[in-house]
Amino acid sequence: MAKFELRGLVKAYGKTKVIHGINLVIPDGEFVVFVGPSGCGKSTTLRMIAGLEEVSGGEIRIGDRVVNEVDPKERNLAMVFQNYAIYPHMTVRQNIAFGLYTSKLSKDEKAKKVEEAGALLGLTPLLDRRPSDLSGGQRQRVAIGRAMVRDPAGFLFDEPLSNLDAQLRAQMRIEIKDLHRRLGTTIAYVTHDQVEAMTMADRIVVMKDGHILQAAPPMEVYDNPVDVFTAQFIGTPSMNIVPATQTGGVVTLAEGAPTLLAGVRPHDLLVGSQIADPGLTLTGTVTAVEPLGPETLVHFTVAGRSIISTAPAHGTVAIGSTVTAKAPRGQVHLFDAATEKAMGRA
Amino acid sequence: MAAIDTTLSPPLPMSRIKPGRIVMWTVLFIGGLLMITPILFMFSTSLKTSSQIYDLRLIPQSPTLANYIEVLTEGQFPRWFLNSSFVAICVTASNIFFDSLVGYTLAKFRFRGRQFVFIAILSTLMIPTEMLVIPWYLMSANFGWLDSYWGIMFPGMMTAFGTFLMKQFFETVPDDFIEAARMDGLNEFTIWWKIAMPLVTPALSALAIFTFLGNWTAFFWPLISTTSKELYTLPVGLTSFAVEQAIQWEMIMTGAAIATIPTLVVFLVLQRYIVRGVMLAGLKG
Repeated sequence: MAKFELRGLVKAYGKTKVIHGINLVIPDGEFVVFVGPSGCGKSTTLRMIAGLEEVSGGEIRIGDRVVNEVDPKERNLAMVFQNYAIYPHMTVRQNIAFGLYTSKLSKDEKAKKVEEAGALLGLTPLLDRRPSDLSGGQRQRVAIGRAMVRDPAGFLFDEPLSNLDAQLRAQMRIEIKDLHRRLGTTIAYVTHDQVEAMTMADRIVVMKDGHILQAAPPMEVYDNPVDVFTAQFIGTPSMNIVPATQTGGVVTLAEGAPTLLAGVRPHDLLVGSQIADPGLTLTGTVTAVEPLGPETLVHFTVAGRSIISTAPAHGTVAIGSTVTAKAPRGQVHLFDAATEKAMGRA
Repeated sequence: MAAIDTTLSPPLPMSRIKPGRIVMWTVLFIGGLLMITPILFMFSTSLKTSSQIYDLRLIPQSPTLANYIEVLTEGQFPRWFLNSSFVAICVTASNIFFDSLVGYTLAKFRFRGRQFVFIAILSTLMIPTEMLVIPWYLMSANFGWLDSYWGIMFPGMMTAFGTFLMKQFFETVPDDFIEAARMDGLNEFTIWWKIAMPLVTPALSALAIFTFLGNWTAFFWPLISTTSKELYTLPVGLTSFAVEQAIQWEMIMTGAAIATIPTLVVFLVLQRYIVRGVMLAGLKG
């Protein structure tokens, strides 16, 4: 097991910088999820940690060793790829054993480790099958098995669940989290799916345009996003953002050029709420109604902006009607309109 | 449980056969006939005596194996057969190794001058073999390679076509496989050999058969580079049955019939891969 440390890490392709000197410490045993939109640099960062991309500037440390110039195989890390990367011409057993190709263990010890990994991942009955005979989830487990069998200092996951269907993804999320709990190995995990990030991470690293915007535990990122981008990227549905002004502690919708942006999560913006002293009140025309079972999402427009709010499960909100939704005090996030940085709550 | 219907489905009614299909089958049939006829006549003539060879009946009146016995027991035919086998196998193995190694390097590594090297290799495809024979000959003469196995083999040990074919196929191998192997601690040569090569088996099979056939039937360069009869390959050796006084057609046909056998074996063994290889080459190329 090992601590990962990124110090002023830079990646450039020619004159184009894609990672702009990021700093991050991943303590031993932590499960860190890099999340962000496509092209934000999360996979590039992971590949630099793996040694598959050259570092243009700064430093990567694994444990106490600077590994900038160290070959991938010398870093003692295992990586699970988006496309599984399990070899189609080998059986499951051979694929898992391939993780030990350069190991100095005896043949019997290798076989034992493969059996153990197979048992841990529920692959024992499949060990002599070929990857083409397996489902997507089983293939992903083989890829994890091959990574696991080496007892690496850390695991790197590059969007490992993005090729699976929603149900399987949910199941694999639990399996990977459970695996981390049992092995206790440091994990750096890349995804663009904020649900994966929220449910699996000890700490989320939100990235955008080659910068780290925020690195904090999931609920901290959810409750106290540092800027508008993070606020909207984390949480489903996205946080509503409206131009606003604040007078005497009361936030109201702004006309013209605003100095503030007010953000409120759909689950905090309640249709038909009886709150006497709300932090924000919005009134608009309903454009869509989405019953989800335990609750109903109500879409309405305010000053040309689309807003999502929540109504009770069996509400009677009709499309085209006018609704008023209120958010309690303390649940309205304020951002500077110019910098989009967080300014606290109202 | 319902009984399984084992009766054969009735043939398609004539009204459902499209005219286009009839034209296609007719063209294919005529094409097949044109290709198979010389081969059938070759086998037929090999079973005839010298007095019967101008009797153009496909089935000989009194077939004989005497030509086969003579070819295989008298003269140097077995030696030429072995020479051809040795040359074709060595050149094929060399092509599989070097073409795929260079193709892999060009497909999977980024280095300065990569494109230049690739274009340089490709450009050699545009030079006809006949033009290369003189420099090959001069080179062989200077290095003392004339009239040797190496002299016959060296021009074909690596080919631009093979390199191009393998490069195209290696480009279809996902980088994730290679990077996963790098993470597993394999060196670049082992990654090529253990991971990349098994993933391009169809292309390797296609390359193997093209190279083997090309070298098995090669005539011009082996004729020029060899003078000793012991070093003749089969196509060169077969010409010795045609002397100024008489052309022994029945012996030439017998030799050619025997020479066909290895190519048939190679094709039958590898045809599954060849068809796949050719199809993939068409799709990806």
